Amino acid sequence: MPAKNNAPIVPNFGDDEETGRKLAIICSKGNLDMAYPGLILANAALGEGVETHLFFTFWGFDMIAKKRMNDLKFSPTGNTAMHMPIGDVRVPQALAPMPGMQAVATKMLKKQIADLGVPEIPDFLDQIVGAGGHLWACRMSADMNKYTETDLRDDVEGIISASDFIEMTDGAQLLFI
Amino acid sequence: MPVTTLLDREIHVDDEGFLTVYDEWDEALGAELAKQIGIEMTDEHWSLIRFLREDFKEKGETATTRRVQAAGGVPAKRQFELFPKKPAKKMAYIAGLPKPHGCV
Repeated sequence: MPAKNNAPIVPNFGDDEETGRKLAIICSKGNLDMAYPGLILANAALGEGVETHLFFTFWGFDMIAKKRMNDLKFSPTGNTAMHMPIGDVRVPQALAPMPGMQAVATKMLKKQIADLGVPEIPDFLDQIVGAGGHLWACRMSADMNKYTETDLRDDVEGIISASDFIEMTDGAQLLFI
Repeated sequence: MPVTTLLDREIHVDDEGFLTVYDEWDEALGAELAKQIGIEMTDEHWSLIRFLREDFKEKGETATTRRVQAAGGVPAKRQFELFPKKPAKKMAYIAGLPKPHGCV
C-alpha cells in the first residue's frame, strides 16, 4: 500500500536556512585533466547554493591566464592509469614521452569531455562566475610569471596573498587540488 | 512510492517530493508546484520549464544547468536569478521531473 499524506510532500530546498556554508578550492595544477576536478566541484557547490571561491596558484594559474587558458595539455607521462580507449590496454610508460603522444592524448581527452557536454576550461569558468563563483589569483604566482591583472581573465576579482586568502576563507571548507 | 495530493489530484512522488510519473504533470500542476516552493512564475520561467519537459522527453534525463545553458540558450546566471540558490533542482521540481543526475 502506498503511503498517503494530507499535507503535500514538497522537497526542502533549504531556502529558509542560513547555513553559511562556504567552500574554497585551491587549484594548483595546470594539466588539462587536473584542471577539471576543481571546476566540477565548484559548479556543483554553486548549484547547491554554497558560496564558492577558487584560488589559482602555481600551475593552476594557466587556467586564468589569457595567453594560456585555451591551451592546457594532457600527458600520459607519469600517469600509469592512462589506458587506450579500446581494449582497456595500458599505455606503456616507455612510450608515453614519445613525440606526438601528448597531442594525441590531449585531443582524445578533450573529445571525451566534450562528448559528456562538459565545457572547455574558459567556458566552464564563465559559467562558474555566472553562477556566482569567485575567482582569485595568487600573488606569488603572479610575481613569478611577471603577470598583472591585465594578463588574467577580467573576472578574476583580485591578486591576493596567501594570508589574504586564509583570512577570506575563515570558516570555509577547503579543497586543495 | 509515496502518493501526495495537489490540486485535488493524487500525484506519485519520490521520498523528497519530486514527481515520478511524467504524464501526471500539466502546467496547472507546474504552477502549483512553483507556488509550493515560493517561485512566482513569469513567461521566462515557463519557457525554461517547457524546455526541460521537451528535453526530458527526448533524452530521457533531466537537463542540468549546463545543458539548459548550452542547449536551452539561457545562461547559468539568469537561471540562478529565476530559480534562486538551487536552479537545477527547482526547475526539475516545477517541471515534474526527477533531479538531474549529471555532474555538470
